[in-house]
Amino acid sequence: MGAVARLLPDRERLHLQHGPIDLIIGAEGARDLAFEAARVRFETILDELVAELALLRQEVGEVPVGLAARRMVSAVRPHSAVFVTPMAAVAGAVAEEVLAAMVAAGPLTRAYVNNGGDIAFHLAQGARFRMAVAGLDGAALGRIDVGFGDGARGVATSGWGGRSFSLGIADAVTVLARSAAEADVAATMICNAVDVPGHPGVGRAPAVGLQPDSDLGARLVTVSVGALSTEEVAEALERGVAVAEDICGRGLALAAALFLKGQARMVGQAALSLIPDGSLCDA
Amino acid sequence: MNEAVTPEKIRCDACPVMCYIANGRAGACDRYANHAGVLVRLDPLTVLQSGAVAVPFLDGQQEDWDGDVIKGHRPFITAVGAGTTYPDYKPAPFIVSQAVEGVDMVTVVTEGIFSYCGVKVKIDTDRHIGAERAYVRVDGEAIGHVMTGEYGSSMLSLGGVLHLTGGSKKEGRVTCDALMRLCNREAVEVAIDDGATVVLQAGQAPIINGVPEKLMRVGCGSATIGMFAKQWVGHLDEVVVVDDHITGVLSEHQAGKLLDVAPTGIKMKGRRSTPGRYFQVAHPGTGWGGTDVDDPLTILNAFDPKVAWPGLRMLMVSTTGEQWAYYELDDTLVPRAVEAPAVIRASAERIAENCEPSVCSVLFMGGAGGSLRAGVTTNPVRLTQSVKAALTRVSCGGASAYVWPGGGITVMADVMAMPANSFGYVPTPALVAPIEFTLRLSDYAALGGHLEHVQPVEAVMGAAVRRVEPGEGRDPQDARNFPWGR
Repeated sequence: MGAVARLLPDRERLHLQHGPIDLIIGAEGARDLAFEAARVRFETILDELVAELALLRQEVGEVPVGLAARRMVSAVRPHSAVFVTPMAAVAGAVAEEVLAAMVAAGPLTRAYVNNGGDIAFHLAQGARFRMAVAGLDGAALGRIDVGFGDGARGVATSGWGGRSFSLGIADAVTVLARSAAEADVAATMICNAVDVPGHPGVGRAPAVGLQPDSDLGARLVTVSVGALSTEEVAEALERGVAVAEDICGRGLALAAALFLKGQARMVGQAALSLIPDGSLCDA
Repeated sequence: MNEAVTPEKIRCDACPVMCYIANGRAGACDRYANHAGVLVRLDPLTVLQSGAVAVPFLDGQQEDWDGDVIKGHRPFITAVGAGTTYPDYKPAPFIVSQAVEGVDMVTVVTEGIFSYCGVKVKIDTDRHIGAERAYVRVDGEAIGHVMTGEYGSSMLSLGGVLHLTGGSKKEGRVTCDALMRLCNREAVEVAIDDGATVVLQAGQAPIINGVPEKLMRVGCGSATIGMFAKQWVGHLDEVVVVDDHITGVLSEHQAGKLLDVAPTGIKMKGRRSTPGRYFQVAHPGTGWGGTDVDDPLTILNAFDPKVAWPGLRMLMVSTTGEQWAYYELDDTLVPRAVEAPAVIRASAERIAENCEPSVCSVLFMGGAGGSLRAGVTTNPVRLTQSVKAALTRVSCGGASAYVWPGGGITVMADVMAMPANSFGYVPTPALVAPIEFTLRLSDYAALGGHLEHVQPVEAVMGAAVRRVEPGEGRDPQDARNFPWGR
């Protein structure tokens, strides 16, 4: 089955799907041109990635050929002091690559490519985006307001219960960065760091046992998180905050919000802080 | 690393990624999964969610079809086999595509499949299978609890969101598996904390601690006295119907009084409710009439010597007539078991004859969440309103579903009225259950339905479609189901 493109029932947003990739795309301005550019760019993107999949599932080394793959590698490389593969940035990189094609096609005041929650967005001068952050159960965690001058052009959320595996236990880590690929890998790294090592209440299993071709190999990924004391939650979050501060300090992310069992921590630019909000989604 | 693939892992060829998928798990897309070595599709059900394609998936999953052929002239397309029909299933693009007022987009921790459903099991038995609120376990995992004791039956509540997703992953998986097997009418053995081990199977007798239950009580002990009093008068001086709920005593009971049965001086244990009706004569158990009694004389104190007489004839019988004993008082007014006259034997058999077979009933219960409703119409609440106004009839696999009052669309349906193997699951874990909304095209248009996706039935009735007889009385499309047709 090849790539599929269709307008959502509201006729305002484009849905592109191929294999595991689902993109929801919005654009204001030269929308038709942007949508057509997105559709064309999307047609081959999965095949391009698959062609270099073996390389992308290893720690950064050889530079790949594909443009989305290169975005993955560039975003991941600054983090490679610890184990990470370019796959940590795949969702963000695809969003970014498709958005780049849209922006190149014609003038847009605002546009976004949402790849399963990892979003690349474009803002013209004076434009803003208001974003909602949802937990795994759809419950509202808060809102983020991003303006043209804030520098953020990508947002991503990771958590142990999501589609990709995590080495940590965060319910959610949302990161704003200069690009979606950067946000994606930063969210992954911070999420991995939110942990209470050796805690008996946390279930872990080798990634390959769950997903035979996982890039994480035999590393133990979180499969369940039992009860934790308030202090343990705080301790786990502090580990994540330390990594988040390092990442933000090196300019690899602009702001991060970390969530675990009802507690939250904010790191980075105050202007990009998440505003907690209780009235967002219904179940 | 791909060389490590073991036989229970399969390679998905649905897209270029060609994921290896371990048993019981989904591929990277969450759309395809490995179910016991078979690649299954987990796509949302389009006929119900968006009013589009109504063709059940037939790729290999339907081969266990039981072969029934319908002659019905008006096919009703059920959701069975249509793919993932679990009401709250939200495939990846749909969570993020939800338009929320005042917000441009939503970011989520990559999407999961959600499960808010369960089953209620009614077990026809007097036997005590466990205390209210006791956990019901499979493989050591709590999958639900004992609810109330109802008339002649015990109720279990199994599944629900807290067991499916609120506990450990194993708890969720075990719960989901047990729910699916129960809904597909398979046998599931459960162990109740401080209670019995019960084999549950829809439409079959429960097997309690290894013993198949035969009969459901004809009535409580008191009601049994009322029903059979006339047949006993003249042959017996006293009858005690042993029941953990209400034990009946003929000579004190209103029915006995009306038939001029004389006082016998019997002294019951337990707490007298009204004349001839006793609570708590023993403890709950798996013995006579749902008590822990194996020797019924243990619920009696000594007869009152001022009233009782030697030779007094007494029948003690359980609420199902399955256990009974006949006694006569000796010279010291102690009951002695003696051979029963034929007429007494016949009356015990009559009680048993009036009992219905004991069965387990399994009712699926689930809620159609906002996402499913949004799939049906652009204005989801209108679907709820339409259901409440009865303009839309809800069915599960064609079986009529009871829709709970209050908010949302919460339904219950008897799995015995659905086609066999109507249920599946996704590894999330969540149960995949069929649900259909039936309404007039004009009403569908009025509530903002996706008319552009509506297809004529003929368009989906291919040769490979599974056709089954209706499982119960009324066609979901019968006009009499709707206010406009009455």
